[in-house]
Amino acid sequence: MTVVPFFIIVSLGAAFLISVFGKHYKRSSDYLANSACFILLALSLYTLNLICKTPNHILVYRVGGWIPPIGISMVIDCLTPFMLITVNLVAFLIAIYSINYMERYTDKWKFYTLFMLMLAGMNGIIITGDIFNLFVFLEIAAISSYALVAFGTEAEELEASFKYAVMGSVGSSFILLGIAILYSYTSTLNMADMAKAITQKGPAKILPFVSVLFLMGFGLKAALVPFHAWLPDAHPSAPAPISAMLSGVLIKVLGIYALSRIFFNVFGMSQAVSRIFIILAIASMVVGSILAFGQSDIKRLFAYSSISQIGYIVLGLAIGTPLSIMGGLFHLFNHSIFKSLLFLNSGVIEHSIGTRDLKKMSGILYKMPVTGYTTLIGALSICGIPPLGGFWSKLIIIFACIQANHPVLALIAIFVSILTLAYYFKAVTPALFGREDGQDYKSFRKKASWAMNASMIALATLSIISGLMLVPNLGAGLLKDATSVLANGISYANLVFEALK
Amino acid sequence: MKAKNEPGMTLIVKTITRLTVGLILLYGIYIVSHGHLSPGGGFAGGVIIALSFVHLMLAFGKDVALKKLSMSFAGLLESMGAVMFLSIALLGFMGGYFFLNFFSKKGLPFHLFSAGIIPFCNIAICLKVGAGLFAIFVSLVLLYKTDE
Repeated sequence: MTVVPFFIIVSLGAAFLISVFGKHYKRSSDYLANSACFILLALSLYTLNLICKTPNHILVYRVGGWIPPIGISMVIDCLTPFMLITVNLVAFLIAIYSINYMERYTDKWKFYTLFMLMLAGMNGIIITGDIFNLFVFLEIAAISSYALVAFGTEAEELEASFKYAVMGSVGSSFILLGIAILYSYTSTLNMADMAKAITQKGPAKILPFVSVLFLMGFGLKAALVPFHAWLPDAHPSAPAPISAMLSGVLIKVLGIYALSRIFFNVFGMSQAVSRIFIILAIASMVVGSILAFGQSDIKRLFAYSSISQIGYIVLGLAIGTPLSIMGGLFHLFNHSIFKSLLFLNSGVIEHSIGTRDLKKMSGILYKMPVTGYTTLIGALSICGIPPLGGFWSKLIIIFACIQANHPVLALIAIFVSILTLAYYFKAVTPALFGREDGQDYKSFRKKASWAMNASMIALATLSIISGLMLVPNLGAGLLKDATSVLANGISYANLVFEALK
Repeated sequence: MKAKNEPGMTLIVKTITRLTVGLILLYGIYIVSHGHLSPGGGFAGGVIIALSFVHLMLAFGKDVALKKLSMSFAGLLESMGAVMFLSIALLGFMGGYFFLNFFSKKGLPFHLFSAGIIPFCNIAICLKVGAGLFAIFVSLVLLYKTDE
């Protein structure tokens, strides 16, 4: 029980300790950040164990000993450990990768400070049970990500960061406005209490308005298609570990997790909202993959592919049957693994070949076998080649579409999956397999260090074996319980109040 | 009137600043220390304290202000403020809860020494906000792009 606030304490504490010591003791930032990430990962696994033993699968922590809805609460239900494990696993592997990768930037400790702040924001969003607290953590994560995108301080990076900051702030102000209106309507900020008040008051005209505000705000953070313009600039400009962090977990926690928490557990999913979500999801899937076709910049290609894959996740969640929600959540996990892997690979490639242009690359598989093969695994997984993880989650989403009587959606999902295969094939294959005459591949010197290789191999292994999560007794329980939290909708409020008794 | 090559503003501004800067600083400290009793608190007080240094910088030039409070010390203070706030929150675990107001259950109205951890939280916030705002102002001054 006491373990709950430590997700915030460890990450915030590490961030500020790094900013005190990092400047004077060069190695201290590496040690502090990596050990903090490791502790966070261990804590998330412990929380999973804890929640399985709790009778109702829900824990409510009262911050400062105040009873919710007066005080702030932190809620751990079955969805929370799933998200916490996803975020902290990816963050831990990225922190290991950053030890060597970030050497080429000055002021590495500033990077780690911002990195830990971003992690604190994301962990906070996941565990909080208070909607204003959610906004505060969202801003912590978002503002540190603005700074991290501009970390290289080149003109291109500053421009991307400025664009991201302006659009992100607009999104945040929509969210804040929505929260303010909701507060005036329900007179509470606690999410469970809010859900209760909304059910008691019955349908009101203010709710669709707030829904639209949240849809714009969180949709912008999630980079759903009409709001996606910041992503293809911001993700390629950031340093590779941050691109991996942004694409792997930030857009999912800030966007999709917050969106689904509010729409499923506080408002209750309605037919109209679900239809809007489906339209946005289809638009993201199709537009993202079509735009990815023309890209020759490796990171930009991955960024557009993120938009397209986010569409899959939202589609899964929006259809709303337990099977489709499970597919969506599973794809969320898979995508965070293989997309962060691909971005880390792109960092190594950029570092050793000196360019991000896919047309100028060839024979990566022979020059750097580890990077080459892990890229191949990531790309195959994102394309949905069996038996890699991405295949299973896409398969579940497509089955769920058919099961829910949406054969057209299933066809579109299959079509986009083929498009994904096509643009990865077109772009990545020549870079990996292409041979140029007269090049000596064996003696290629600039290889990745062992720590970078280790984190890439770990992510690749995870994306190979993540299909095992569907096996009963291994991970299916976790996925199923996480799904049930969203599928049960507004009964979340009752569970929270029962846990408080 | 201003001597050539002397940094800062004119004699009038400097004289007025010399008189008021201490008062502004004191007022900031008052706002922070009475944060739990009257409007204001750590954030507002921190901003006022930072403004007293900014005032000094505007009137006398950046070197005088940076001699009083250097950039690296401001950075250290800022981090210490955050660490202090977090450790106050952590001390709540003595009573079993994160952020528990552990040494007094009830505050006394209009008493300076009451309200448990809240005055200490205000001081921590004041350090964080004040040093942060000062550091932002200094970076805007120092990193000003010249045409050269």
